[in-house]
Amino acid sequence: MNPHRRSPLVVVSTALVYFFLYMPIVVLFLFAFNSSKTNILFEGFITQVGPTEIVSGNVIQSPCGPFHWFCELAKNVEVRNATRNTLTIALISTLTSTIIGTFAAIALQRYKFKLRTFSEVSLYIPIVIPEIVMGIGILVLFSQLFTLLNSALSLIGDSQLTLGLTTVIVSHIAFSVPFVALVVRARLHGFDQSIEEAAMDLGANELVTFWRVTLPTIMPGVLSGALLAFTLSLDDFVITFFTTGPGASTLPIYVYGLLRRIVTPQVNALSAVWILIIFVAVFLTQRLQSRQAY
Amino acid sequence: MSEFSVELRDVVKKFPTPEGGEVFAVNHVTMQIKNGEFFSMLGPSGCGKTTSLRTIAGFEWPTSGEIYIEGEPMGHRPPYLRPVNTVFQSYALFPHMSVAENVAFGLEMEKTPKQEIKRRVGEALEMVKLTGMERRNPTQLSGGQRQRVALARSLVKRPKVLLLDEPLGALDLKLRKEMQLELKALQQEVGITFVYVTHDQEEALTMSDRIAVMDGGVVLQVGKPVEIYERPNCRFVADFIGETNFLDGEVRAIDGDRVTVYIPRLKDELVGTKASPVRIGEQVVVSLRPEKTRIIENKAKMGNCFSGKVLNIAYIGSDTRVFVDLGGVSLKVWEQNKISTLDPEAYYERGEQVWVVVMPENALVLHLG
Ligand SMILES: Nc1ncnc2c1ncn2[C@@H]1O[C@H](COP(=O)(O)OP(=O)(O)OP(=O)(O)O)[C@@H](O)[C@H]1O
Ligand SMILES: [Mg+2]
Repeated sequence: MNPHRRSPLVVVSTALVYFFLYMPIVVLFLFAFNSSKTNILFEGFITQVGPTEIVSGNVIQSPCGPFHWFCELAKNVEVRNATRNTLTIALISTLTSTIIGTFAAIALQRYKFKLRTFSEVSLYIPIVIPEIVMGIGILVLFSQLFTLLNSALSLIGDSQLTLGLTTVIVSHIAFSVPFVALVVRARLHGFDQSIEEAAMDLGANELVTFWRVTLPTIMPGVLSGALLAFTLSLDDFVITFFTTGPGASTLPIYVYGLLRRIVTPQVNALSAVWILIIFVAVFLTQRLQSRQAY
Repeated sequence: MSEFSVELRDVVKKFPTPEGGEVFAVNHVTMQIKNGEFFSMLGPSGCGKTTSLRTIAGFEWPTSGEIYIEGEPMGHRPPYLRPVNTVFQSYALFPHMSVAENVAFGLEMEKTPKQEIKRRVGEALEMVKLTGMERRNPTQLSGGQRQRVALARSLVKRPKVLLLDEPLGALDLKLRKEMQLELKALQQEVGITFVYVTHDQEEALTMSDRIAVMDGGVVLQVGKPVEIYERPNCRFVADFIGETNFLDGEVRAIDGDRVTVYIPRLKDELVGTKASPVRIGEQVVVSLRPEKTRIIENKAKMGNCFSGKVLNIAYIGSDTRVFVDLGGVSLKVWEQNKISTLDPEAYYERGEQVWVVVMPENALVLHLG
């Protein structure tokens, strides 16, 4: 008997896992091309290209052809704003949390100090705390803080501190830092500190040593951490929901709003684009992590 | 300019232990290393060799005492401002740089012009016989080649002093012997002071101009290889360098260098040479090197002749190692096989009655400790 023969059980269960994982996505993609406006039944593709023509709730002709809903999406100002917000938040929070997380990981790796174990555990705990608890916690913190500051500085009207883009960014940084630290820490594990000593020995001061030796060595870890933070921020609904304010809607928040009203294929088109972006990000993360660096 | 390349004056380095105590890694060490010297620090694991070296390099600061390099006190000067370079045991090559980039790193830090960097890197690689490997990554090199890159990387900076921490520790025996010779030749060629850390006594004896034998953070003896081997100043040094036999005894008489020691085990007196000052009545130990002790078949009419029984024999080709029971002590005697013969009579037999003789100049009388 061939010991490497695949057991049919394994094949079937693997197939099932993939089926349940990817079927919803396939359906979602399919409905992004639906000619029906109601998004309940698949009525076929939009086949004709030309001025928009709607017959009994079905789009039968569009300037974009099958990509009708994607074009609609692009024209949607709210979507554009939400996209801009989402990307702004993701970029700023990724950059900041990567820097903070990297230094936190280095500090934890390098220095023995009192409360080190405590600091380490408390850094990672947010990863396991339910997001909704974090969200409510952050919301309470912000509202208390703002009430206090607003009255202390006697701010009124527009100058009052309120929830908005900034609060979302701050909370995204807060939940991304532990993930970055975790990934960088893994990379630092087994980091040979004598190469830093060698650099100093050869005439590099602390700063140059960090730039020329430490950072390049842990770069794959830092990049993976950054991409993780980026995808987490793009995705986040719960915490954003609690910390966002007027005009600071992100894509997940916007989609949620749409769903409560009516599900048009625009949502599917949006989700499709989004899934593609995240696929690319995850793929890059994997590439960087698996690249056998030194 | 100072006569000494490196000088340690009463250097102490304490580390806190997890139990809340303190460990003296280096305990009041004073050493003077001359210009252009190949100086070794030798001692068992944990005796403070690495710590001493790291205080010279500037990775650690002495708890007290001072380190002088080229006559200048180093104080709390960081490693990058000291005119010394280190070759690490683990080589510590930069994994993300090629061989040439590794070697160029130190020169870039000095802001050496590009053209000159290129030339000097080429020269350094040529010196360690690595020409043609410039573009390789350290992972694509063998242990011996990595070792050479580490050496080139330090030497290219033309330091006043090169510190080497067990640089051959990770190599196999054959390569190690080769590299020992190469290193020594290289040191003579460039004329840089080498401070070399090793726990391999043979390595230290082969390569060094002078050796400092350390134990427990303390320097026990500093001297030329021949002095360390032939005139160890204490029991530890005699034991650590080469092989030896010890007989405990008490000083009975002193006549210049000659010391008469009563050995209770032998119920007899032994005349030896003093290697350090001793007093009459002092408890001492006599060190007999196995290769300087002789076995004879009949009692000789001379002093220092003791009766014994052959316990064991090991034939190892060039030598025969004989273990003789001498009043309850197993004494090692190395007999050179000077005649080629298959005749079993020519060799000693187990249980044979023999006499062990030792010349007074070959019996060293040492302090305990
Ligand atoms: N950073 C440190 N913290 C605490 N103790 C240390 C530290 N570095 C060294 N020691 C202790 O100091 C003593 C001397 O250590 P050192 O590394 O100098 O020994 P060594 O002679 O180089 O030994 P080896 O031959 O094993 O390398 C040891 O007892 C060691 O445990
Ligand atoms: Mg050591």
